[in-house]
Amino acid sequence: MRPFVYEQPTDISAAVALASNFTTRDDQPTRANAQFIAGGTNLADYMKLGVAEPNRLLDLNRLEEQKLRQIRVTEDGIRFGALVRMGEAADHREIKERYPVIAESLHLAASGQIRNMASLAGNVLQRTRCEYFRETSWACNKRMPGSGCAAMDGFNRQHAVLGGSTACIATYHGDFAQALIALDAVVLTEGSRGARKIPFAKLHRQPGDTPHIETDLAADEIITAIEVPALPWGRRSLYLKIRDRESYAFALASAAVALDLDGETVREARIALGGVATVPWRASAAEEVLQGKKLDDASAGAAADAAFAEAQPRQHNAFKIELGKRTLVRALLETRDMKV
Amino acid sequence: MDAAAPRPKENQGEPLPRVDARLKVTGQAHYPADLPAASIAYGALATSSIARGKVTKLRLDDARAVPGVLDIVTYGDMDKIDKPKFGNSSATSIGPLHDRTIFHDGQIIALAVAETFEAAEEAAQLIRAEYEEDKPTASFDSPGTKTVAAAGKSPMFKEDVKAGDFDAAFAAAAVKIDQRYSTPTQHHNPIELFSTTAYWQGDQLVVHEPSQNVTGWKVELARQLKMDPANVRIVSPFIGGAFGSKGPMTPRTAIVAVAAKRLGRPVRCVTSRMQAFGTQTYRAETRHRIRIGAGKDGRITAFAHEGWEVTSRPDLYVVGGTSATGRMYGYGSVLTHVSLVQADRNTPGYMRSPPETPYVYALENAMDEMAVALGMDPVEFRRINEPKTEPIGKKPFSSRSLIQCYDQAAEAFGWARRDPKIGAMRDGEWLIGMGCATAIYPTAVAPCAARVRLTVDGDVRLQCGSHEIGTGVRTVAGQMASERLGVAIDKISVEMGDSSLPPAPVSGGSISTASVCSAVLKACDAIRTKLFAAATAEGGPLAGSHNEEFDLADGKIVAKSGASAKVENVLKAMQVGAIEEYAEFAPKGATPEALKKLYAGTPEFHGGEQDEDSVKYAFGAEFVEVRINRYTREIRVPRIVGAFAAGRIMNTRTARSQLMGGMIWGIGQALHEATEVDRRYARYVNRDLQDYLVPVNADIKDLQVILVPEIDHAVNPAGVKGLGELGNVGTAAAVASAVFHATGKRIRDLPIRIEQLLV
Ligand SMILES: Cc1cc2nc3c(=O)[nH]c(=O)nc-3n(C[C@H](O)[C@H](O)[C@H](O)COP(=O)(O)OP(=O)(O)OC[C@H]3O[C@@H](n4cnc5c(N)ncnc54)[C@H](O)[C@@H]3O)c2cc1C
Ligand code: SF4
Repeated sequence: MRPFVYEQPTDISAAVALASNFTTRDDQPTRANAQFIAGGTNLADYMKLGVAEPNRLLDLNRLEEQKLRQIRVTEDGIRFGALVRMGEAADHREIKERYPVIAESLHLAASGQIRNMASLAGNVLQRTRCEYFRETSWACNKRMPGSGCAAMDGFNRQHAVLGGSTACIATYHGDFAQALIALDAVVLTEGSRGARKIPFAKLHRQPGDTPHIETDLAADEIITAIEVPALPWGRRSLYLKIRDRESYAFALASAAVALDLDGETVREARIALGGVATVPWRASAAEEVLQGKKLDDASAGAAADAAFAEAQPRQHNAFKIELGKRTLVRALLETRDMKV
Repeated sequence: MDAAAPRPKENQGEPLPRVDARLKVTGQAHYPADLPAASIAYGALATSSIARGKVTKLRLDDARAVPGVLDIVTYGDMDKIDKPKFGNSSATSIGPLHDRTIFHDGQIIALAVAETFEAAEEAAQLIRAEYEEDKPTASFDSPGTKTVAAAGKSPMFKEDVKAGDFDAAFAAAAVKIDQRYSTPTQHHNPIELFSTTAYWQGDQLVVHEPSQNVTGWKVELARQLKMDPANVRIVSPFIGGAFGSKGPMTPRTAIVAVAAKRLGRPVRCVTSRMQAFGTQTYRAETRHRIRIGAGKDGRITAFAHEGWEVTSRPDLYVVGGTSATGRMYGYGSVLTHVSLVQADRNTPGYMRSPPETPYVYALENAMDEMAVALGMDPVEFRRINEPKTEPIGKKPFSSRSLIQCYDQAAEAFGWARRDPKIGAMRDGEWLIGMGCATAIYPTAVAPCAARVRLTVDGDVRLQCGSHEIGTGVRTVAGQMASERLGVAIDKISVEMGDSSLPPAPVSGGSISTASVCSAVLKACDAIRTKLFAAATAEGGPLAGSHNEEFDLADGKIVAKSGASAKVENVLKAMQVGAIEEYAEFAPKGATPEALKKLYAGTPEFHGGEQDEDSVKYAFGAEFVEVRINRYTREIRVPRIVGAFAAGRIMNTRTARSQLMGGMIWGIGQALHEATEVDRRYARYVNRDLQDYLVPVNADIKDLQVILVPEIDHAVNPAGVKGLGELGNVGTAAAVASAVFHATGKRIRDLPIRIEQLLV
């Protein structure tokens, strides 16, 4: 692990100022000299492994703005402060009642210890766990642009079947982000170029030719909050996560589903898929298939087929297409059968 | 009593809490890397990123420039010492810094030493190697493997056992199967990382390192460093998980010792979890072909087991489990063959029940298939094939309680409720499957020495160079002394894990309790003899009662007649402050060299199938329930019951704990564990606990261990069969059997994963 300078700015503008002092305009946040740290459960791990090499850490935990640590649930929706811990949001009573998909996506992630440490902003920005990315002796276009992708023809069981490119097929492993993208969340940021509201669906970038560019953020931009617009029918929602073991594992496939039903007919469906794509993945094609249809095995199956129509398997991850479809079918039927 | 402390049945000892439990849970147990040493320097390894080739150049400038770097030990610096010798005490014959040849991924290329751990790590990361790279061979089916027969080629494997005319019997069999099975690469991943801390006091070298074999290491390290073994001391008082991984010494130990010598300071090197995959041993992948033929009545007339195991280029490591599978049931004829497949990999090594885990997995999965082919209940099928004598040498079993294990486990599990039809049992969206399998482990014992001292104050000090790897051997050794000397356990101190103590064999092969307790028993009995003689001597407190039977209880000598005398008074009458006995135990059948070999760190193992009079095994039966989701096919194990018989149980708490841990591991082997080898580069891919999955608490729900009473005086004086490795034998086959019952899918390649059930 390389030595680094550690700073604890006390408000957002000080943090932004430090970041813009020590980074330049075109730096990627994950490759910049100065990087923000919140819970540290992702960044500190990658620093120890030599994957992330900031010279300067800007710790956000001393920022004095209280709204960074608050959850507000109103008739307009939810506002999550960026520093709220995963565990707190997962246990929030109103969120559990009114937006179960959000609470479950957090509750089924990581472990109790990590959820108590990790922040919501850090969570949505977590970087891939691709084994070849994590270990610096492998070729990896994301870690070292242009070096190649060892996973492409290597052991790629956990890799993505949706949203990949010839340069990178690393999965986006987060769970919470699937609930957020399904519910049309918006990310609030502050940076040297002012405040922005970024639709959650625009926050992450597919790898394309530039897998090292992971998000739309600038190196001096801080996420301050995540807003979820109200969804009156959000009670009929769930997060289904399929994994190799019962807890403490990333999704092989997951589905975030919310349904607005008229009897058994779908007025509107919100669907996102985890564990199978390079970025948080809204399955709009599947939503369209269901709209106005009776939700049964057949229509759920048709929606799942649509969701994976563009899927591209590699040697070890082909099962994710079938598993992803079945996960979605099961999630849809379980959501339909929820007593709300 | 609670589940963790089962009520002792016949021939079973009290569930005393571990003598070191409080130390462990309060953080006061000091593990080898906790040793506080003044002026310690830190070492970090640099390892190769290729699996085959040569290091043409090492660039050290950047590493040397890191502030605080003190030294870099690399090629040339080990030339004056000897390379490791592959065998019991050394994991490999590769001297990584003796030779620029790279034999495997993650081979040590340098040790960076610095004032701080962080600086050492940074320097190690900055060491850049240039290679002349050859195309490496990863595993089975890779171009470039070399296959050799194990028998005759490796001293570790004597013969391919056989009996009768397999070919004729198989050809004639009414019902038969011919199937192939495989097990993956696995790494031990004990939570305590591997480490070496070395310091010199003049000519004397002291090494603190988690070790299952302090005596063997002392002798082997002295040989490498060309020293008198008397000047080398290995200290390993507590070990945070070993499972065989800390049995053989790796080349790192000598490298750190050399670094400490060069620097004139203590040096500590803790390897990272990632580095452990290449610098330590592991369980190599295996393949099996099994053929079983039986009559319509279910009697097996023909059994053949062929095994293939991966090993390294330089070393022929063998597990060879056919010796046990060939004797498991009353087969009419037996044919076995073990082959080694050499590839560009690090040398494998012992991992909890090394031969039995893969070989019995294959056998028991095949037995389940055979039961299905016969249309027979799998328990009944085993009952029918229960032998009187083992089929190879026609020797009796010293004891064999397999059927009792099946009966008790089946009853507790509720096997009678199982509907044998495939997929017939359901709970909502979940398919339920039930399966079972046999566990077997050879009962061996080795020579061992122990020193026991009983003082006039009634304190006992017990010393034995065995190893507390978490099994509770300290506790059961103390319990043996407590019983024989009539002293409460809290008056007994037990010292272990130091090569300056009386030597004990390697803590492997489940021999520790039997060997250590036999030595402690012998030392205690010598103390008893002295006490009884003194008490009954003229003028002694029990003078005149020569022909009586005596015992020791509550600090008193008690005669059958009821007369008693305080031990304290006997010692006072003897005019001594303590009686101390040094006992050397050698098992029945030991060679004249046996004790010499114990001191040389190369102890003989006896028992198992080697003895003339009988074969010696511990047995068990495991029953598993699986639940598999109808859509998404994830597999969970809500229930598992194991019943085991292993001679005298010294302590039902520690015994249960060992067996429970084994069964949990077995579930992990069935469903989770596998080291992935990148076939192109012969490199390990998932080198950490994020991707190398083991069960977590949520995976283990209802687990029951039944200790079936068994008495066996033939195995060793203590009457103890080892059970440390018994619990994870067979478990994976029981899971596979249950998965088949639930889904009709026979999975023959471990681990059983969701993708195998989706198709
Ligand atoms: C063993 C393990 C298992 C896990 N399992 C799961 C799982 O099953 N599901 C799941 O979803 N996650 C899982 N995780 C990931 C975990 O949820 C993330 O590590 C965590 O959420 C990251 O949050 P943090 O606050 O610790 O982020 P940090 O590590 O502090 O930061 C992560 C990144 O976000 C940036 N950052 C943080 N806050 C801000 C901000 N306010 N503005 C701009 N940039 C910011 C940092 O610069 C950094 O690049 C697991 C992690 C581990 C270690
Ligand atoms: S998949 Fe992406 S992250 Fe993984 S090795 Fe390839 S380029 Fe790197």
